[in-house]
Formats: sequence, structure tokens, C-alpha cells
Amino acid sequence: MVKRIKPYQLWQLTSATAKELLREPGVIFWGIVFPVLMALGLGLAFTKKAVTVRKIAVVAPERTEGFSVSHLPFHEFLDKYGKKNTVASTEDYMWRVDIRDDKLGDYEFLFYEMDRNTAVMLLKRGTVSIIIDDTSGETEYHFDPLNSDAHLTYLKISGLAASVRGKAETDYQSEDEVRPLTLSGTRYIDFLIPGLITMGIMMSCMWGISYTIIEKRSKKLLRRMVATPMRKSHFLIALITVRVTLNFIESFVLFLFAFLVFDVRIQGSLPALIIIFLAGNIAFAGIAVFVSSHTSNTEVGNGLINFVVMPMMVLSGIFFSYHNFPDWSIPVIQKLPLTMLTDGVRSIFNEGAGFSLIAMPSLVLAFTGVIFFAAGLKIFKWY
Amino acid sequence: MAKVTAENVIEVRDVWKSFKSVQAVRGVSMSVPRGKFIALVGPNGAGKTTLVEMIENIRRPDNGEIRILGKKWKGNEEELRRTIGISLQQTYFIDKLTVYETLRLFASFFDLDRERVEEIINLTGLDEKRKSYVINLSGGQRQRLALGIALINHPAILLLDEPTTGLDPNARYEIWNILKSYRKTSEASMILTTHYMEEAETLCDYIILMDQGKILREGTLQQLLEDDKGEKVIEFTVENSLIPPDIDKPGLPFKITRDQEGQKAWVTIKDFDEQMPLFLTYIKSEGLSIKHLECRKKTLDDLFISLTGRRIDG
Repeated sequence: MVKRIKPYQLWQLTSATAKELLREPGVIFWGIVFPVLMALGLGLAFTKKAVTVRKIAVVAPERTEGFSVSHLPFHEFLDKYGKKNTVASTEDYMWRVDIRDDKLGDYEFLFYEMDRNTAVMLLKRGTVSIIIDDTSGETEYHFDPLNSDAHLTYLKISGLAASVRGKAETDYQSEDEVRPLTLSGTRYIDFLIPGLITMGIMMSCMWGISYTIIEKRSKKLLRRMVATPMRKSHFLIALITVRVTLNFIESFVLFLFAFLVFDVRIQGSLPALIIIFLAGNIAFAGIAVFVSSHTSNTEVGNGLINFVVMPMMVLSGIFFSYHNFPDWSIPVIQKLPLTMLTDGVRSIFNEGAGFSLIAMPSLVLAFTGVIFFAAGLKIFKWY
Repeated sequence: MAKVTAENVIEVRDVWKSFKSVQAVRGVSMSVPRGKFIALVGPNGAGKTTLVEMIENIRRPDNGEIRILGKKWKGNEEELRRTIGISLQQTYFIDKLTVYETLRLFASFFDLDRERVEEIINLTGLDEKRKSYVINLSGGQRQRLALGIALINHPAILLLDEPTTGLDPNARYEIWNILKSYRKTSEASMILTTHYMEEAETLCDYIILMDQGKILREGTLQQLLEDDKGEKVIEFTVENSLIPPDIDKPGLPFKITRDQEGQKAWVTIKDFDEQMPLFLTYIKSEGLSIKHLECRKKTLDDLFISLTGRRIDG
């Protein structure tokens, strides 16, 4: 018998699947609200420059009678430039130096005076990042050169001290030399949003499709449904259609939010974006069907889904670039479906890429999906 | 087995099925004549569900042959699926779909429209619940929905696996009434599995007793109960103590079976006048005294106990 498509049956299946999904209030929250909140949280945390506060230990000189800071260069600097803490107790800082910088963010340095041993102890604990000792008449900076944060603090303070000593007080900021990259497409949020969108596609397909199938199988609903003349393919088509539609809405809401709040823009080709988006959905829907083709145990299903999802979550550069992983692993990572999808979507968002760049990954993704789908269907357990 | 005629809608021949270490069905043959309701009765694990699922083509037999309307499943799946209506032992439907939507969904699988959905809602008495989510239905309502889905395609053959298990008597009667009224308007044949004797007696024309993957006895209710001519069952309890497990001794002219705790026992007696005094003497000699004694018509339960020494629902 020729298997023809039955629009009415397919429509009923699709509408039932959609209703089942949308009547679960959690779906809207976890599918749509949560990614937006995550984007907001991460976006704010990594995009907005808060005041950076650093604590610095200053070795206390012996304050004998007739004590003067004239032979202590750093103390001299602090006396001149720093704000003395009026309510100073021994635990409190003694001077404060603020650097106001609209482009790179504000810095606030707190200087604590203490003896050398205490200073070393606090450095070991990480409470202070630098020890400054000018008791010999020369300013010495002690810090771990491998600690890039300490290094930065050193550069800031030493530069400031030098400029105060040498030039006019206000001229310490070399504003004309620094050009922070605030171009669209270079900020962390620009990196993050495409990642959140592609991660959403993967999660939604893997959990949404796989879990629905496994649960229906374990509740014997699957077996009840195929004990009718229902077209098996219609069941899967309905499930995938609803999921892809939901993914589209999720991604759109997330993008809209990022556009309105962070001014994230799609610089490349929109049709190309739609193509790779669909290819990614096909890939993960196919993998999802494969993963859920056999088991009727939700715990096993849980493990299987995590087995697929976890490595990609970590490796595919969703939150941070995968280029920090060892060199040998990069070519492997780049072949993971989520990496392919994320890199493609990101290049369209941030690098203005078009069809030529995403054609190959899209093809590979779609092909992966079809292969997994076909293999999954071959071993699919309906009963 | 009953006469095998061309009118048999289901034919099962020497069917075997095992799972890992369990032989679930061991060489069962049976047939269902057109228009007859057949009950498969037996305790849990008797192989009823496995047998029915093989007839439904949800499981494949290891050996043997199954034909529905003279046709094998292979190659006729689409046609046969349209002919039969089934209700599985346990089915959850989609929790957050209403009764009406669930019926619409299943109707669409058979290319049926709203009209049939309305008929089913009326037949199953679910009109008030049509807009309720499945998850909010009571056990009885859920079973009525499952039965409604089984009946949605006007099936010529019904295969119902324990449709009333776990329901209270009222809900059970409702299911029975739906089946009775469906029978009036159709020429349907049915296999129903149950471990309620009353259900088999009320609904079915023919009863097959199953145990441990095999058919123990079969026939109409009358045939089964008249099997051992003139046997009577006497149920008794004893004063102040439980009935000891070794009450049935070899060599006695009658057979005594007790329930698990020893609260009650049954004795099957062929000749009342001759054996009854012997029985009473025996009880006394065992140091027991009868508290309550009841002589009654033999039931399927008694038959099952006399055949296996176990109760069907025990």
C-alpha cells in the first residue's frame, strides 16, 4: 500500500503535540524566559564594567620622632594623591586611590599599611595582590608575575605614581592611546547570544524530542498509538515540527531581547542564518530520534541524553571560546555538531558571513541529522 | 477447542513465547467464532496479556501461527488495524489533552470525524467530562475513555486486556454496560482478559482458563461447572484457630484447599450423603471444630482452585 500523507491526521497529531507542550507552564518558562534571563545575567556580568577594587599592602616604615615621608617615595605619593581614610583603624585601609575611566572602567585601589610578614601572609592568602615596599628609599613592587591581575594592578599603580611624580597631577591618563573595542560584534554579549541560541536548539531537541519519545514509550502510549493505522512517520514529523517551531520562537525572543537590551545585531545574511538554523534543528532532531530509538527507561534516557549533550556543552564554545583548549583537540571540537552550528551562527551574527561560509557546515549538519534519523528509525522500538 | 469453522474471526495455533528465562505462553491454540465474546481467565502471570499482545501484533510469537479474519498480520497490518479495537492493560493518554481532543486524535488515525467522536462520548457517558484533561479523570472515567478509543473505529474484533482491573464495582458495571450496548449494535467478537470471574460470567459466552502459559480448561460457563458432575463446594471456617497447612492429607476421599492464611478452606464433595459425615469426623479428629459452614454452587474460582490449588486473584 502506498503510504500517502494524511493532512488531517498529521494536523491532529501536530496540534495534540503542541497543546501537550504549551499546556505545561514550565515549558514557556524554561524554554523562553530562562534563556532570556541567562542572557541578561551573563550579559550584564561580562559586559558592563563595574568598579574594580584591588587591595594592596604597603610595608609600614618605622615612625620615629621627626618622621617624614620625604625619603619614602611611595608614601609621599600616597600622601599627595591618595585620600587618607579618616576613620582609619588598623584593619581598615589607610589610603584610597580612585582612577576614573569611562572607557576601561573605574578602578579603586585600597592601600593597607602593615609589617612585611603580615603582608606576605596576606599575599599568600590572596587578600592582597601586591606588596609595595619603599622603606629602602626606592619603591619596590612584590607580586607574582604569572598573576595577570597583579601584573595589571602593578602597571596601573606604577604608571600613576610615575606620572604624579613627573608631570602635572591630572595628566596621568593617556586617554589618546586607548581605544576600547566597543564595535558591534566584538563584545562578550555578541559572542554569547549566538551560543545561547544554538545551545537552546540542542537542548530543546534532545530533551524535548528524546524525552517525549522515551516517556510515551514507557507509558505505553506509543504502543497504543501504533496499534492503530496511524502513520508512524506522522507521529515523528509532528513531534519534530512542533519542536522546531518552538525553537524558532525561542531563538527569536532571545534575539529580540538581545537586540533591544544589548543592541546585538545580525550583520550577515538572514536567509543564510535561517538555513543553518534549520540544518542545526535537523541535526539535533535526528540525533534525538536516534538516542531515543530503543530505551523505555527514563533514567537510561537521561543518561543517554546527557552523554550527548554534556561534552558539547563544555567543548563547543558556547560560553567561552574553545580556542583555549589544547591545540590537538581543536580540530576534533570543530567537528562536533554544536560547534559547527555555533560557529556558523556566530559568523553570521558577528562577522557578516553569508551563504558561502555556512553552506558546508549546513550541509554536514543536515546530512548528520538525516543519517541519525534513518538509523534511529531502523532500530526504533514502537512497542 | 470448540468447533473450528470458517466463521472463526481469530485463529491461534500452537503459539509459544518466551522472555529471557520465562516461558510466558506454552503452546496455546484457540479460536474465536464470529460474534462471540471470549474470556481469558487466569491469575497474574498466566500468560493472558502476552497471548493477547501477540494477537494484537504488538509481540511476535516465537512459534505458531495467528490469523485474524483468515489473514496473517504480515502484509495486512493496515487492514487489520482498522478491523480491531484494543485496550491495553495500562495506557496513559496525553495528560494535558481533553477527553474530546484525545478522541479526536485517535479518530483521525482512522480517518473518522467529529460525528464519531460525539457518538463515542455518548456511548461512554463522558459528555460532562469532554473538556476535562485526561489527568483529571478518575480511574473509571479513564478506563471508559480507553474503551471508547477501542470502540472508535466500529471494530469487528475487540481485544480488551483487563479493562476493569482496579475499578470499584460501580465503575466496573459501567464498563460492562458499555460493552453490552456495543454488542447490541454490532456483530463484534471479543477476547477479554480478566481475573474477575464475575466479569467473565456476565459478559462472555465462552471461557478459557489459563495458568502458567497453558490453557487449563475451556468451555461455556455451564460446561466448565458441570465438568465434574454433581460436585459441591463447601466453604468452612473453624473455631478459635487457623486451618493448618497440612489439612489436606493424601488418601482422603475429598480434597481440601485452604486460603493462604488459613482463615477459610473449601472441600469439594461428590456424594453429599456419604462423604459429608466422613468430612465432619475428619475435622473433629484433627482437633478442630467447625464455626461456619456453607454449601454453595460451584463457581469458576472453585474450579480453578480444584485444578491448581491456588486462587485466581490470589
